[in-house]
Amino acid sequence: MSDKVIKRIYMDHAASTPLDSRIRVAMDPYLEEEFGNPGALYREGRRAKDALENARESVAGILNADMSEIIFTSGGTEGDVLALTGIARMYANYGKHIISTTIEHHAVLHTLDALKKEGFEITLIEVGQNGIVNPQHIEDALRPDTILVSVMYANNEIGTIQPLAEIARRIKKFRDINTDKMSVPFFHTDACQAAGYLDLDVKSFGVDLMVMNGSKIYGPKGVGALYVRKGVRIKPMFFGGAQEGKRRAGTENIFGIVGFAEALKIANDERDEESNRVKNLRDKLIDGILKIIPRTVLNGDRDLRLPNNVNISILDIEGEGVILYLDSYGIACSTGSACTSESLDPSHVILALGRPYEYAHASIRFTLGRSTTSEDVDRVLEVLPRVTETLRKISPIKVEMDAKSMSHPEAFAGEGLRVKAKSKNYK
Amino acid sequence: MQNKSNKEIKGIDIDVINQYTGEKWYYTDIVKEHFFKPRNLLLEDPSDDAFNATGMVGSPACGDMMHMWMRVDPTTERIQDLKWKTFGCGSAIAATSMYSVMLTENGGLSVADALKVKPQHIMERLGGLPNRKIHCSVLADKAFQKTANDYFRKTGQNQRIVIEGARVIDERLNITDKDIEEAVLEGAMTLEDVQKKLKVGVGMQTEALVEIEQLIRFYSEKYYG
Repeated sequence: MSDKVIKRIYMDHAASTPLDSRIRVAMDPYLEEEFGNPGALYREGRRAKDALENARESVAGILNADMSEIIFTSGGTEGDVLALTGIARMYANYGKHIISTTIEHHAVLHTLDALKKEGFEITLIEVGQNGIVNPQHIEDALRPDTILVSVMYANNEIGTIQPLAEIARRIKKFRDINTDKMSVPFFHTDACQAAGYLDLDVKSFGVDLMVMNGSKIYGPKGVGALYVRKGVRIKPMFFGGAQEGKRRAGTENIFGIVGFAEALKIANDERDEESNRVKNLRDKLIDGILKIIPRTVLNGDRDLRLPNNVNISILDIEGEGVILYLDSYGIACSTGSACTSESLDPSHVILALGRPYEYAHASIRFTLGRSTTSEDVDRVLEVLPRVTETLRKISPIKVEMDAKSMSHPEAFAGEGLRVKAKSKNYK
Repeated sequence: MQNKSNKEIKGIDIDVINQYTGEKWYYTDIVKEHFFKPRNLLLEDPSDDAFNATGMVGSPACGDMMHMWMRVDPTTERIQDLKWKTFGCGSAIAATSMYSVMLTENGGLSVADALKVKPQHIMERLGGLPNRKIHCSVLADKAFQKTANDYFRKTGQNQRIVIEGARVIDERLNITDKDIEEAVLEGAMTLEDVQKKLKVGVGMQTEALVEIEQLIRFYSEKYYG
């Protein structure tokens, strides 16, 4: 609004993180000096191959996995699509049923839509009002023809942490009873948001496939990794050379892979300290907003959530307006409002909590990160109440706290049209 | 036309970045001005005699909502005052603000002339809006039609009331051709896209599905050529 330069407060780390300068240093030699193709036998190739395998060893170590179980990809979306389609197409003759949840990332949900068209049957399990899936509901949905269960580790919008170990235990129990089916169903998890904040030891919670992404952990964009447990086979999406155990053809992105491995290492080394630090800031921000601004509701469980995630619906106002105002004050965050989504659909995650549309439109997500300070949180707590007050003056609506359906249905009814809400008809 | 006006927009420093696609939406300086400083906003609950008509409208697909209050000089039928409140994105707030200016500036339009102001006129005054946002943001003309109807009803001019017709396609879900038009405007291009948005026609007879497909084709050609 004014010309003076204001300090930017970036609170959208779940969308993307800046590249850590230490990682940039690690990546630097692999642009010009170490440019070889790791498939080549001469010196340049061998050196590139060394870098690739060192990165793989480092990632495998953090996951408590074997090197052969790590496939480097172009990021979270490719990892999810490769895992889901790879399992589905490889094991279709064992069954065509897949289980997932209503709050998965679009990379999972839209892939499942595509698999549905290929003849797979998809069961999406609903989450509780706190945004956490009940393992019993997953178990109840398991069938002899279920080949895959996909549940995200932590949700990207509301940060809720899913009970993977308990789900894995129930899947294993089911597998043991159905011994004639080898080892299906397999268990896949999208851990893009969890990396850096939660334990990634795949043995500790027993997943068969796990996806990670570089750009959420202060690494480069366009690179990630997929863990596939030994003995689990996947059909590739890309065809060509024999890279990544013939599961992902194409010359390896050595520059990115070195950066990703370094990013994961640093994130893992600093995990406990950083988690505790941002968790205190998160709690300060959540408590502050709920206390200072009337008519606000936290989305997702208060405790079983990522240490950096704050997602709050500020009732009666709309997210895009909040984003525009906060941006003018130098604060960057995101919203689940339809107005900022490509498809103009409001957040499927907020709706999955059983909230009406207005809650999704009113939802604001702050995701903290390494750059976030206590002063930044103070600044948000100073600015947000003013912005809210301004936008509430403009808004004609008043949403009920704990509403389950649309407010003001009479406005949505056109002349001569009917709208149904709260089991009443409006004209 | 809309694309062209978007390209001509310069010097914008506020943008909204989509969290999934990273796509930027640029608003014009005029939109920004009206968003940050909305004109003719209703700030306090009006007294009973402050206005002689009111109307409220909403877009179910987008969740935008608008409430309008109007005071008309009964002898000249000129609009003396037009106040509003809007729940919606930045462009919805800006578009309503601009509309209220257009109807009340230079002594105010007559109700009959005000009814001739169309979304594209508001768009032009705003210097353009991102394509996708137009039909959600520009609800002001619809809110005004309702407000004008209220005025006509109260002044006994029932013959002037205009009710926008809508034909019900799906009885169970009360989905009309207007809803399908909205879905197409939001970018739905196929039966599947529309079904996803509206849950229309799931389990319907083939004849009904054919009708929906025809409507999609009709509106696609109407808006996208």
